[in-house]
Amino acid sequence: MKLTLKIWRQKGPNDKGQMATYPIDGIDGDMSFLEMLDVLNEQLIHKGEEPVAFDHDCREGICGMCSLFINGEAHGPDRGVTTCQLHMRKFDDGDTIYIEPWRAKAFPVIKDLVVDRTAFDRVMAAGGFVSVNTSGNTQDANAIPIAKADADKAFEAATCIGCGACVATCKNSSAMLFVSAKVSQLALLPQGQVEARDRVLNMVKKMDEEGFGNCTNTGACEVECPKEISLDNIARMNREFMKAALCHED
Amino acid sequence: MSRSVILKSSIVKKYWMALTGLFLCLFLVGHLLGNLQLFAASEEGRRAFNEYGYFMGHNIFIKILSYLTYISILFHAIDGILLTVQNKKARPINYVKNNAGANSSLASRSMAILGSIILIFIVTHMANFWWVVKMSSKQMPLHSIVYTDQKSGMSQDLYITHSGNMLPTAYFESSEMAPAQMKIKNGTEFYSAEGDLLIGEGYKDMHSLVYAFFGHDKTKYGFPENKLALWAVIGYVISMLVLAYHLMHGFASAFQSLGLRHPAYTKLIKGLGTGFAIIIPLLFAIIPIYIYLTK
Ligand code: HEM
Ligand code: SF4
Ligand code: FES
Repeated sequence: MKLTLKIWRQKGPNDKGQMATYPIDGIDGDMSFLEMLDVLNEQLIHKGEEPVAFDHDCREGICGMCSLFINGEAHGPDRGVTTCQLHMRKFDDGDTIYIEPWRAKAFPVIKDLVVDRTAFDRVMAAGGFVSVNTSGNTQDANAIPIAKADADKAFEAATCIGCGACVATCKNSSAMLFVSAKVSQLALLPQGQVEARDRVLNMVKKMDEEGFGNCTNTGACEVECPKEISLDNIARMNREFMKAALCHED
Repeated sequence: MSRSVILKSSIVKKYWMALTGLFLCLFLVGHLLGNLQLFAASEEGRRAFNEYGYFMGHNIFIKILSYLTYISILFHAIDGILLTVQNKKARPINYVKNNAGANSSLASRSMAILGSIILIFIVTHMANFWWVVKMSSKQMPLHSIVYTDQKSGMSQDLYITHSGNMLPTAYFESSEMAPAQMKIKNGTEFYSAEGDLLIGEGYKDMHSLVYAFFGHDKTKYGFPENKLALWAVIGYVISMLVLAYHLMHGFASAFQSLGLRHPAYTKLIKGLGTGFAIIIPLLFAIIPIYIYLTK
């Protein structure tokens, strides 16, 4: 396959950056998108040019590190997959492919296609956990019975890998799908009840502070999310927030 | 966390958007039911519509509802603009290539621009009707009929009062030739010229106002012909199209914002939203078209 790549190049956080064009040949349909970029980078290194920086780790769709905006869609044109799981057979010979970093004020570019997603970590630190006793007599988690339907919904929410595609694809750079998945996962389980009110209030507060936009229910996040996290979670968070805001006592 | 922080949160702003939006949807239904009476073009229809207008202007509950509506529109528009400005700031650099059509509807991505067009429509709409009827210092023509006596064949123009009396309009004309015997005060109240005695209250002729605005017949009941009627109709119809798009996304979206989502009901809400978004603006739009084509 012969392709034309248009890639965002940016030397560092303060560089202005621009799109650069790279022709590439000999790409096999069975290659993953990241393997295709590996081929490009080898060629660039041979020529003595700076290789394209991009994030990746597991390359099997579980870590959430890969993060490319490909031809106008987060993780590319395929559904329910991360960039590392995207196959080159999804493209045709002669295609021009635009590759850009996630765009959001809360996700500043570090270099080329690599963005800083620690804003997500700070939202998690604001409440995305349950406090458990670790004094040596920790309870067995399975000792508490949980309805199958709730366990399933909590599990589905927990499959969010924190990749940030929801933010990248949202026209408002809203983090509602990510935050609601994390809130839901714990709100659905008995272990999460003790801190439920503070959790949703604090995580939403942090989310706003980090500069993510407001949700306008376009539903783009749900379509582009590699883990197909549902808008049900956003509605649940809206309910959780209302409960917490109405019952809050100080 | 303090209450003020909670009230400023993105989610609370969305609750307000949804609550005011849904209240405005209810308002649309009420407003439409009133407007549909305009299909009655006859003298009886005119009388019924003007009586309805009088009722709407003199009922305390309607007054409360109308103030709630003004507040909702202001709140919805200001909150919507605030949210949009924040959302634009959340993405300082745009994508070179963005295939948004692959994952979301055009209406959902255009709420702010659609809403702004609706706001412009509301302002012009209020200038054309609300201002003329309620605010302008110019005397709004009152409901009058032409009465022809069977025997003599003489015609007379009569005002109709709220209590059912009829008063010759000529009594109110103040000219050198025929000095007025009566006065109109506060827009609708008839007073005798000497005694300052309240004789009755007339109806503002809103039916004719609307018919003169969208129709293209000659001067009628004191309303001059509107040379721009065709443009008024076109502007109105386009605005209703814009409203339809706004509601196509907005109706169901409001339920999602309030957390009202459930596998059993969400399909129903979306269906209702689509139906509402098509039927309400369509019925609104047919009225001026009907008036333009028939009058
Ligand atoms: C009769 C007039 C109107 C009705 C019935 C109406 C109805 C609605 C509804 C139901 C929503 C959905 C709320 C949600 O997603 O939670 C909405 C959203 C919106 N409206 Fe309106 N609206 C009207 C006029 C306006 C006006 C005058 C503006 C002025 C700028 C406006 C701007 C917006 C914006 C920006 C949104 C999206 C907000 C968001 O999703 O965060 N609307 N509208
Ligand atoms: S919700 Fe989906 S798109 Fe958003 S961070 Fe989680 S896995 Fe990625
Ligand atoms: S590299 Fe781990 S999900 Fe893609």
